[in-house]
Amino acid sequence: MAEPAIVVDGLRVRRGGEEVLRDIGCTVRRGTVTGLLGPNGCGKSTLMRSIVGVQLVESGRVDVLGRPAGHPELRRRIGYATQDPAIYADLTVTEALRYFAAVLGTTPSDVDRVITQTGLTKSARVLVGRLSGGQRGRANLAVALLGTPELLVLDEPTVGSDPELRDELWQLFHGLAAAGVTLLISSHVMDEAARCDDLLLLHRGRVLARGTPEDLRARTGAPDLEQAFLRLIRDRTEAAR
Amino acid sequence: MNALATTRRILTQLRHDPRTVVLLIAVPSVLMVLLRYVLNSEQRFSAVAPALLGIFPFTIMFLLTSVTTLRERTTGTLERLMTLPIGKLDLILGYALAFGVLATLQVVVAAGISLTWLGLDIAGSVWVLLLVVVLDALLGTALGLFVSAFARTEFQAIQFLPVFVLPQFLLCGLFVPRGEMGWVLGAVSDVLPLSYAVDALTQVTRSAEVDGTLVRNIGIIAGCVVLALLLGAATLRRRTP
Repeated sequence: MAEPAIVVDGLRVRRGGEEVLRDIGCTVRRGTVTGLLGPNGCGKSTLMRSIVGVQLVESGRVDVLGRPAGHPELRRRIGYATQDPAIYADLTVTEALRYFAAVLGTTPSDVDRVITQTGLTKSARVLVGRLSGGQRGRANLAVALLGTPELLVLDEPTVGSDPELRDELWQLFHGLAAAGVTLLISSHVMDEAARCDDLLLLHRGRVLARGTPEDLRARTGAPDLEQAFLRLIRDRTEAAR
Repeated sequence: MNALATTRRILTQLRHDPRTVVLLIAVPSVLMVLLRYVLNSEQRFSAVAPALLGIFPFTIMFLLTSVTTLRERTTGTLERLMTLPIGKLDLILGYALAFGVLATLQVVVAAGISLTWLGLDIAGSVWVLLLVVVLDALLGTALGLFVSAFARTEFQAIQFLPVFVLPQFLLCGLFVPRGEMGWVLGAVSDVLPLSYAVDALTQVTRSAEVDGTLVRNIGIIAGCVVLALLLGAATLRRRTP
């Protein structure tokens, strides 16, 4: 078995005096789609920021692709997309992608590739600010795909997409994983959890459960993942009393 | 080079916003015309116009850059860039170059109108005048880049104009000659970069001689531009709370 793409150990993060991540430990296998799930405010985005290396952490270890998180060499190897699209609204899709491609030092043909991959061909010449919410999310994803990174960290990439498009995006994610890319994808939609290879459930800054979707269903005896997670959260809350 | 990619990106953003470009180029010229007719005498106009030719672009570029960089922070694009292989100084230089180009355009138009139509009469070289005025505009750009790091909202950024610019305006020697100020105000005036700009501009107006004092003053302004740019780069953080 190859060395994991991400190893997190004893990670603690404080934001505004509050402990957002409390002693997180987890690994993400290479070439898989790992779903990061949990209610809003459970620390998903903070964990992702820690992995990408933009979060000030209090203590703990985060290793990514064999390097400590935030290592300069990783900046070419990780693609990151935040939940709110971080892309210039006053540029066209192509212009914005060309800029990020230039920063990454990839070729202009790479811009065409990611536009096709995210289904934005028809809107390539439209200003990002004029796109619909779903299209803007895809443009945001397209930036993360530039330069064919080995690891993709995507915060709620399917938010605002209709079911058909969401299905296309998941096909894209699995295609990338099949080609050896590791994907860490956050979501709070449970039917997406079923499409992941591995799941990591966060609750109040702690890892509540981890395993494959089948594991979690079997462990809780719940008919679906939504029920499984609710049971896990209820057990944890009762244990805490 | 990364810096040039950023310059091109900012200029492309402005191309999609023609109204800003028109305002940027026209406003200082319109103000000069206004000044000329308020004073209603070519002689009195020639006495103060060079200093204001430096101050107007300084103020406008300060405001423009601080709002633009703040927008880069609040929309998340700065954080995205910090996850990519772009040098902090490259980014700042990219900004300085883009706004430097605009500032030059602005200054050339305003100075051209003043010298031809409005009857501005200077004893020194037009080229030295242009050099000092362009450096002033660059100083505004560099200071705007730096102070935007301390603003969290657009309202705060705009308030920095009265905080950082207006005191310089009052103490630069335009209203009261610097030599006639009390020692406290004189000392404050001595550490404010705009004072040296106005000294240099006054000298270009009155004499054709390029002496040591003029060269020193120009050197001080250029030094302040470099210092503010370096400080601006130092305020960029890859990791944030």
